Amino acid sequence: MAGLELLSDQGYRLDGRKAAELRKVQARMGVFAQADGSAYLEQGNTKALAVVYGPHEMRGSRSRALHDRAVINCQYSMATFSTAERKRRPHGDRKSTEMSLHLKQTFEAAVMTQLFPRSQIDIYVKILQSDGGNYSVCVNAATLAVINAGIPMRDYVCACTVGFVDETPLADLCYAEESGGVSSLALALLPRGGQIALLQMDARLHQDHLESLIEAAMTACKGVSKVLDEVVRQHLQEASVLTRE
Amino acid sequence: MKDTPLSNCERDFLIKAIEEKKRLDGRQTYDYRKIKITFGTDYGCCFVDLGQTRVVAQVSCELVAPKESRPSEGIMFFNIELSPMASPAFEQGRQSELSVKLNRQLERCLRNSKCIDTESLCVVSGEKVWQVRVDVHTLNNDGNLMDAASIAAIAALSHFRRPDVGIQGEEVTVFSPEERDPIPLSIYHMPISISFAFFQQGTFLLVDPCEREERVMDGLLMIAMNKHREICSIQSSGGIMLLKEQVMRCSKIASVKVSEITELINKALFNDRTARKAGRKCGFAESLPQERITALKTDQSEVEMTDVSERASDIIQKAEAPPPIRAASPVLPAPGVGQVGHGLQNTWGLEEDEEQEEESSGEEEEIKMEEEQREKDKTTEAAVVEISDSEEEEVVILYPETTKKPKNAGSSSDQKGAAASKKRQKK
Repeated sequence: MAGLELLSDQGYRLDGRKAAELRKVQARMGVFAQADGSAYLEQGNTKALAVVYGPHEMRGSRSRALHDRAVINCQYSMATFSTAERKRRPHGDRKSTEMSLHLKQTFEAAVMTQLFPRSQIDIYVKILQSDGGNYSVCVNAATLAVINAGIPMRDYVCACTVGFVDETPLADLCYAEESGGVSSLALALLPRGGQIALLQMDARLHQDHLESLIEAAMTACKGVSKVLDEVVRQHLQEASVLTRE
Repeated sequence: MKDTPLSNCERDFLIKAIEEKKRLDGRQTYDYRKIKITFGTDYGCCFVDLGQTRVVAQVSCELVAPKESRPSEGIMFFNIELSPMASPAFEQGRQSELSVKLNRQLERCLRNSKCIDTESLCVVSGEKVWQVRVDVHTLNNDGNLMDAASIAAIAALSHFRRPDVGIQGEEVTVFSPEERDPIPLSIYHMPISISFAFFQQGTFLLVDPCEREERVMDGLLMIAMNKHREICSIQSSGGIMLLKEQVMRCSKIASVKVSEITELINKALFNDRTARKAGRKCGFAESLPQERITALKTDQSEVEMTDVSERASDIIQKAEAPPPIRAASPVLPAPGVGQVGHGLQNTWGLEEDEEQEEESSGEEEEIKMEEEQREKDKTTEAAVVEISDSEEEEVVILYPETTKKPKNAGSSSDQKGAAASKKRQKK
């Protein structure tokens, strides 16, 4: 991808955004009737579906049940048509397992699991179209699904992927920017307390730039949290309007 | 096989020790364990000892067809095997969560940071490239496998030599090591991972957790850096919530540690190179220390004695006035009737004097120290009578008139009652 200018002199990126601009977010909650909670979220061209079942009784091995909190079980998978080349193994390979572990870790920090001992909460996320920032979109969609399921959480969990190009942090990377060898940082944040639930960074970045990159990521996450809050309020309004009639 | 669960008291002990800034092996919060790096006889084999954690890394290469998306770049493949040799918790063949986590972290640390020039691994663009494979096997797990694995992998890659290749037109000849000297890989930088363990919801932080500390930790932060202060990878795991300041502090600590460890790796590589040139024997067998018994006594080990005298006087002072607990007065039952119970006279086994003494000695031994100190203070005669044949046990018979015991009120009343009744019997 050499030759593609990720940040032009006027400050515009490949898709015409400014450096700190997020992609357009569109979301719907309660898309499936069968699941306890579900949500569909689009961030630019990346589309993700999240479904939550629970809290319910432990399935499978009862021995894994925790006596004082709920177990969160996450599964991340990509649809075979989600990437440019058809994906041969949608789940079970190392990257998907790692992503599932990260999602589990993120939501274990945010969901109030102490209220549901000896139970299990399942979160399934599927990427329908992948255009960069897979992890962040998954986390945002799963947050909406967990809220839709009525499971109490400490705060919204918002995630964003930021990159560092030409001494400038770029918020919300798309696939072309991610694969261009840019150092990318994925951050999952609980906005009110400023607590980081997950921090993941690849590729080389000088230590001095780390602080500004984390700052940019936190600002972007706070922006995402405002959008998610809007979506939740709107959904509630629509639902209450319908029930009133 | 399931790992033995950690007992609650051990967990509490560890957490309390960490709160007081003490570690099990006496290290400081930011100290690493002793790192030892040795190389095997073949190129590309490296053993790393991080305290008791041992891993071995082996690099190998073969010619394959390149990926379609990158026709002129070589392929790097990393694999960490958690063998059951390292810990009873690891199962052969099963891809556990830890194994996935370690593999992905090593891949991200070494591959995404582009520490190796993959374009130099290309032989014929689009047809033949070198696939370099790094296999790391864990031999003994005493915590912090990630750091040991990353040191072993990068040291092995720096040590490795690939066969020389000659291209004449369409023909590609791979020379064996005897024909032409093998060539080292071109390594840009050495990413080393540093692990930080968090305890008590992020209040306490330790570098290089050992296995016990890993069991009680809340979460782990892994920062991979090279000596040029470039961060190659950051990964937080476990359900902890971090603050930005904590991450920045960890990265500063990591940069210091990484430069030390890189120094160590370079020194080890240099030593190995000089040893090979000089024709000396090298390899795993040579690196193991010869353990011979040279003396039958151990060295003097230092014991902290600074506050022993204060503590001893504290104990003595506190023991000055023990609360007098009046045990229930023993009821002498009618002959032929027995009583058993807490605080009552024990009428079992009164005939066997020897048994009595051994029972009392077993219970009293732990408070014997206190007793002796108190007795010495009160300058009453300590009745130490050797009754049993055992040379190890010191037997103390306690009479109700001379000493009063605050602890073991129940059993002591038994003994007192027994002694009293024995005296009556003797009378």
